[in-house]
Amino acid sequence: MRIDRVLAGVLAATLPCLSPAQQDTQKEIERYRQMLQESNPAELYEARGEELWKTRRGPRNASLERCDLGLGPGVVKGAYVRLPRYFADTGRVQDLESRLATCMVTLQGFTPEEARRKPFSGTGAPMITTDPFSGVGQRSVMTDLVAWIASESRGMTIAPSVSHPKERLAYQAGERLFYYRAGPYDFGCVTCHGEEGKRIRLQNLPKMTNAKDAQRAFGTWPGYRVSEGELRSMQWRMWECVRQMRFPELEFASDASIALITYLAKQAEGGTFDAPAIKR
Amino acid sequence: MADPMRIRANMTGDKVEVKVLMAHEMETGLRRDAGGNAIPAHFIRNVSVTYGGKTVLSAQWGTSVSRNPFLHFRFNGGKPGEKVMITWLDNKGEKRTDEAVIAGGG
Amino acid sequence: MDARRREVLKTGGGVLALAAAAGIIRPGEALAQEWNKAAFETKSVAETVKALGGSGSTPSSAIEITAPDIAENGAVVPIAVESKLPRTQALAILIEKNPNTLSADFEIPAGTDPFVSTRVKMGETSNVYALVIADGKYFHAVKEIKVTIGGCGG
Repeated sequence: MRIDRVLAGVLAATLPCLSPAQQDTQKEIERYRQMLQESNPAELYEARGEELWKTRRGPRNASLERCDLGLGPGVVKGAYVRLPRYFADTGRVQDLESRLATCMVTLQGFTPEEARRKPFSGTGAPMITTDPFSGVGQRSVMTDLVAWIASESRGMTIAPSVSHPKERLAYQAGERLFYYRAGPYDFGCVTCHGEEGKRIRLQNLPKMTNAKDAQRAFGTWPGYRVSEGELRSMQWRMWECVRQMRFPELEFASDASIALITYLAKQAEGGTFDAPAIKR
Repeated sequence: MADPMRIRANMTGDKVEVKVLMAHEMETGLRRDAGGNAIPAHFIRNVSVTYGGKTVLSAQWGTSVSRNPFLHFRFNGGKPGEKVMITWLDNKGEKRTDEAVIAGGG
Repeated sequence: MDARRREVLKTGGGVLALAAAAGIIRPGEALAQEWNKAAFETKSVAETVKALGGSGSTPSSAIEITAPDIAENGAVVPIAVESKLPRTQALAILIEKNPNTLSADFEIPAGTDPFVSTRVKMGETSNVYALVIADGKYFHAVKEIKVTIGGCGG
C-alpha cells in the first residue's frame, strides 16, 4: 500500500550527507524539473477558468463576475495571496475554493452540494482511485477557476489576513491540526513537514515551520502534476496529505481544511507567489 | 468540444519560434479505471501547422506523447503580424484548429 | 518515408492532394488523413525503421538529442531532437522499451528548421532513438533515459 511506501520513504529519508552518485542524481532531477518549467499545461486550465468566470451558469443563469473574493465584488487580481480571510456575509474564514462555492450558491443559484461536486479534476490514475470526486477524463469547474484566479496573483507577496478574531482562531486551529498525530500509524502533518531534510523517494519535503520552505511550498500551489496530468489545488493538497496519513477523509472546503490552509498561508507570509506551478 | 490550444509564435532573429500546448487526454488505451474497466485509447494522431497556406510542420503521433501535449519548433520566412494556424485531429475524429499572430522580436 | 508516400498515393492520397489543390478541402484536412498505423504498432526499433520506409539506419553524430539523463516521472519526459544533416526531411522519436516503439514522427518541409521539442511518456528506463531521414537516407542517434517512476500505468 501507498502508506507503507510513504512510511518507508520518510523513515529512510534522513540522509545528512549524500554520496557523489546521489548528488549527480539530484542534479539531473533538478535539470529535469528545470526543463519542464518551459511550458506549463496549467495555462490550459487558466484559460478555461477565465472563460468560466464570465460564463453564465446555474439556475440563475449568472456569471461569477460579481463574486467577492475579499477585495470587493469582481476583483480577481491579487485576491489569492490575501486568502484565506474572514467574510462577514458568511461569518466564516474562507479560502479561495470555499469562497467560490459560496459564490456559486449566492450568485448562480446552485445548491451547496452542487457547488462542491467534483471539486478536483480527475484522471482515474491509480493514485486517486479512492477519490470520490474523480473519474476518467472529468473536468472540474472549481479547479479551472482556481487555476485562473491563482494565476492573477503571480509575482505578488503572500499576505493572508490574521487580524479578525475568527482568522486568529482558524490559524490556531490549523496549527493544532498540523501537530496533531493520530491514525493507525500515529502520523501527523508534522511527521513529514516538521523537520529539515525529510523526503519521500526523490521529493524533498518542506519544513513548514521554516519560512523559506513554507513560502516555496505555499507559493507553488496550485500546481500541474505531471505524474497525474492534472492541475491540483490547495484543497486537494490537504485532502491528499490527510488521505496518505490514513486519517478520516478531509471534507472539501470544511473548516478543518481552511484552518490548515490558513496556518500554512501565515507560515508562508512574505513569500512570492508563483503558481500555478509545474510539479513532478 | 475540444478546448483551445495555447500558441506562442515569436520572431527570434529571422525565424518564427512556435510553442504550443494542446488540451488532450492522450489516453494510451492501456490503463484501467477505478472499476477495473479498460479506458479506451484517445489520442491526437495528426498535427499540422500552416503559415500563409503552406505547411510548415506536420506530425503523426502515437499514444506515448504526453497528456496535454507540448510542441516547439522553428520555421523561416514568417513575418510579425501574420498568422500561424495549427490543427490537430484525434483517433475519434475530433478536431481543433487555432491560430496565433506572430509577435515581433523577443 | 518515400514508401509511405507511395502507399498514400496508391490508396487515394493522390485524390486528396488533387482535392486540396482544387481548393475543395483545406491542406490540413488532406494531410490529416495520413496516419501510419503499421508504424505506430511496431515493437522494435528495426521494425519501426522498416515501417517508415527504411531498410536500416546509420548512427550519426550530426543528430543531437536534448533530454534529461534521469526523468523523475515517465509520464512527462522532455525530448528535443535537432539534426545537422543536410536536407533533413523527417525526424522521429522512438522509445525502445515502450509497448509501441514509435512515439512521434515529424515531417520537416524546406524552410523549417530540422528541430522539434516535445514531451513523451516512458514506461521504464530505455534507450530513446532519434531517427532522421535526410536526403532519402536513414540516420539515428541514441540516448538512454532513466525513469524513476514509469509513465504508462498512470
